Amino acid sequence: MSNLLGHYNYWIVIVLMMTGFYIVIARPNLIKKVIGLFIFQTSVFILFISMAKIEGGSAPIIEEGISVYSNPLPHVLILTAIVVSLATTALGLALIVRIREAYGTTNEDEIHVQDEQD
Amino acid sequence: MEHFIDIVLLGLLMITGFAIVRLRSLLAVTMLTSIYSLLSAALFVVLDAVDVALTEAAIGAGISTILMLATIAQTTDREKVPRHTPLLPLIVVITTGAALIYGTLDMPHYGDPDAPVHRHMAAAYLHDTPLEIGVPNVVTSVLASYRGYDTLGEVTVIFTAGIGVLALLGYHTRRQNIQPPGIKKIVVLRVIAKLFLPLILLFALYILFHGDYGPGGGFQAGVIFATGFILYALAFGLGNAQRLIPQRLLHGLAAAGVLIYAAVGIEGMLLGGKFLEYRVLADDPVTGQHLGIMLIELGVGITVAAVMLIIYFGFVSRQNSGDS
Amino acid sequence: MMALALDLLSWIFLLAGAAFLLIGAIGVLRFPDFYTRLHAVSVCDTMGAGLVLIGLMLQGGLSLVTVKLLLIFYFMMFTCPTAVHALAQAALQGKLKPVVDDRES
Repeated sequence: MSNLLGHYNYWIVIVLMMTGFYIVIARPNLIKKVIGLFIFQTSVFILFISMAKIEGGSAPIIEEGISVYSNPLPHVLILTAIVVSLATTALGLALIVRIREAYGTTNEDEIHVQDEQD
Repeated sequence: MEHFIDIVLLGLLMITGFAIVRLRSLLAVTMLTSIYSLLSAALFVVLDAVDVALTEAAIGAGISTILMLATIAQTTDREKVPRHTPLLPLIVVITTGAALIYGTLDMPHYGDPDAPVHRHMAAAYLHDTPLEIGVPNVVTSVLASYRGYDTLGEVTVIFTAGIGVLALLGYHTRRQNIQPPGIKKIVVLRVIAKLFLPLILLFALYILFHGDYGPGGGFQAGVIFATGFILYALAFGLGNAQRLIPQRLLHGLAAAGVLIYAAVGIEGMLLGGKFLEYRVLADDPVTGQHLGIMLIELGVGITVAAVMLIIYFGFVSRQNSGDS
Repeated sequence: MMALALDLLSWIFLLAGAAFLLIGAIGVLRFPDFYTRLHAVSVCDTMGAGLVLIGLMLQGGLSLVTVKLLLIFYFMMFTCPTAVHALAQAALQGKLKPVVDDRES
């Protein structure tokens, strides 16, 4: 029981990660794959930040009268990760626009068919 | 009580995730992704990560949604039904999920103050920040000063993404004004956009320089700054917005931010310290730290704003006619 | 005594804001047409969020936080109706017809 209380956060986040993973591998539309990757990345951020939280602590901004602060190091790492995820999403979407102009479709199955015909 | 809010937010996230899997209309899926970002930003606030919440709300719910909408406007809006049954992906996903859950059984409990992650550097940063840097926001001090080299790499990544989108999509300056056909009739939108643009830019500058004392910093400020100009482009048309910010200025600003950051590092070396050492920038080490942090946040804000605008203009100016 | 009255007043505002948010959410689910659903959403945005902000301002007392909340309230009163108006105009220009009651009565 204490296992459940201590870990329910991580298990729900793993369910979210697997949802994003499922979208990436099971849906043939390219834009949906990029969205699935975005969901996967955001769930990983939630996992890291929930590891940084301390019970009874406060945000890591130093103020008078507060003695326990949450761990600021994962916050810094996830800040960098959010910005990098934006960069990769933007590049992925730009590639999708060019693929659409080259093949006429954004569906992975149809792109495979067109590639095999050449 | 906090656990209750946690569970409610995580439950809403799960429902949104499942809805994104099932829906076929890509416009609805984009809006649900924006809701997912906002819910995780709320979850970050509950988990005491206020800086991360601001960044996730600005970047995930703001810019990513705009870029996805711009992509959908140029490609199709419906997703076709997959041809084969997704049995194998389901098995792979369940197996991976089970393996990960088995892996978390060894992890310390949620909220445990004795977890190994809290033992090494975190206490040192929390203790040294008031003495060496004098900035209340520990996340800013770690991001800009203790781990400043990582942040230089991050700015370079954003700059590379801008160059990548520039290479893929180009930047076409349109002579005529591309705007949705009926937008001139929505007078209210044009008035409010013109009224609020200076306020949005002022708010971005506030977040940039207030990042030392509260949540904020260069990345959030750059994104909000770009959002102001995107609002102007939506209300008044792409040609007007591109005339507002000339192309060469945008390209120059994107590079200037990275150069400012690297220049601060080299100045540290020229004044006798190591690369990106701020203590030697002024007579008093604490003042030197303040100066260094302010300069690099400025550089980061400039690059992020310019690159966001380059990416947005690259996406939108690629349409051949006026429908969007 | 004054603190208790302020606390009670702020609780009333917070609960009223929550009630309006609930009403708006039920409206979005139950209304038949895009335009009526848009009307329900605007109730959520202006009345619901506005009342919650006023309740929080009363909790904050006289401090910098209250000034910031006042500014947020002011900006929300401008931007929420504009967004709903722009959505409705966009739907009208996209030729989405409202559901009109055609019965003779």
